[in-house]
Amino acid sequence: MDVMSCGRMENRILSYMDGRLKDSERLEVEKHLATCAACDLRVNEFRAVSSLLDELPQIAPSPAFDVRVRARVAAEPVKQSWWAWIAPSPRVAMAGALLALCIVWVGLRPSGYAVNPATEAEINQNLPVLENYDVLTNFEPLTDLPAPVTDEPQDDANQANQQM
Amino acid sequence: MARSDVQLMLDVKAGDEQSFELLLHRYRSPLVNFLYRMVRNREQAEDLAQEVFLRVYRARAEYVPSAKFTTWLFRIATNLALNSVRDTRHQRMEISLDAPLAADSEDGDERPLDVADQHPDIEQHLVAQARSKMIRHAIEKLPEKQRAAVLLHKYQELDYGEISKILECSESALKSLLFRAYEALRVELAPLVAQQAKQ
Repeated sequence: MDVMSCGRMENRILSYMDGRLKDSERLEVEKHLATCAACDLRVNEFRAVSSLLDELPQIAPSPAFDVRVRARVAAEPVKQSWWAWIAPSPRVAMAGALLALCIVWVGLRPSGYAVNPATEAEINQNLPVLENYDVLTNFEPLTDLPAPVTDEPQDDANQANQQM
Repeated sequence: MARSDVQLMLDVKAGDEQSFELLLHRYRSPLVNFLYRMVRNREQAEDLAQEVFLRVYRARAEYVPSAKFTTWLFRIATNLALNSVRDTRHQRMEISLDAPLAADSEDGDERPLDVADQHPDIEQHLVAQARSKMIRHAIEKLPEKQRAAVLLHKYQELDYGEISKILECSESALKSLLFRAYEALRVELAPLVAQQAKQ
């Protein structure tokens, strides 16, 4: 087995201290430490550092910590799925469905203003007269014309002449 | 038998709020301590720890147990801590390392859990306090990533694979990072190290 260099110790020294090396690697490190005073000293000093770090006391979270976490969690908005956005409640969903049905029914219903082609052609032909309808109905000279003579009054007049 | 972290998180995902309480109870202390040692301010550490739990809760619906829960948890915590440290770096530089103990709110925050039993007389207590302060300041002087690596390795006892995922580096890079951090601590704490090595 090759003797390990000091440079390779860099990546192994903490694993060695933690006892996380494989047996073969641990033996390799121990073999190096037996022959290298500098690395051996470093391992001891690193152990001392680790031991000093153990001296730091722990702090306890404040009594209000849990209460504040719970309050923040409780203040979180309730997450809704995408389906919840589409159907917030059965009543609204039912109302939406009925509205959609009404729109479809109105759209498919035959229009009351439908005109057959023959009538449409006649209307087009009379359109100039219809456009002047207001003028013709309010044309003053026409009001001076004598009333049209009907057959019935004529018969009455003939009867009167005969009696005379 | 206690449910695993992953099982608790899956139960939270299924809507069990009580499982979230168990995770909170299990990790509040490690998180607050980790964040306190990262940011050196108790109030800020607690705010960040709350934010970590909140993010865990928010992410419950998308949670997939692809890694260890602690890896995920401390990754969130580390990212928050690193951002916070970077944001407040200039403020932190202004804090005097020589400020009196009573005036140093950060030092004053630290309440050893069993001081009374460990330090029967005041002189020993003061010596221990001075040592603690020196160690804290040595950790504080480490670059942020080295500090995070040491804290996760030493206090959370996470394995190298987990820490390297949290810090987003290779295992080899992590070992190198830890080596440099321990080297810096060894130099910074030389008087205590020499004393310790003799014992």
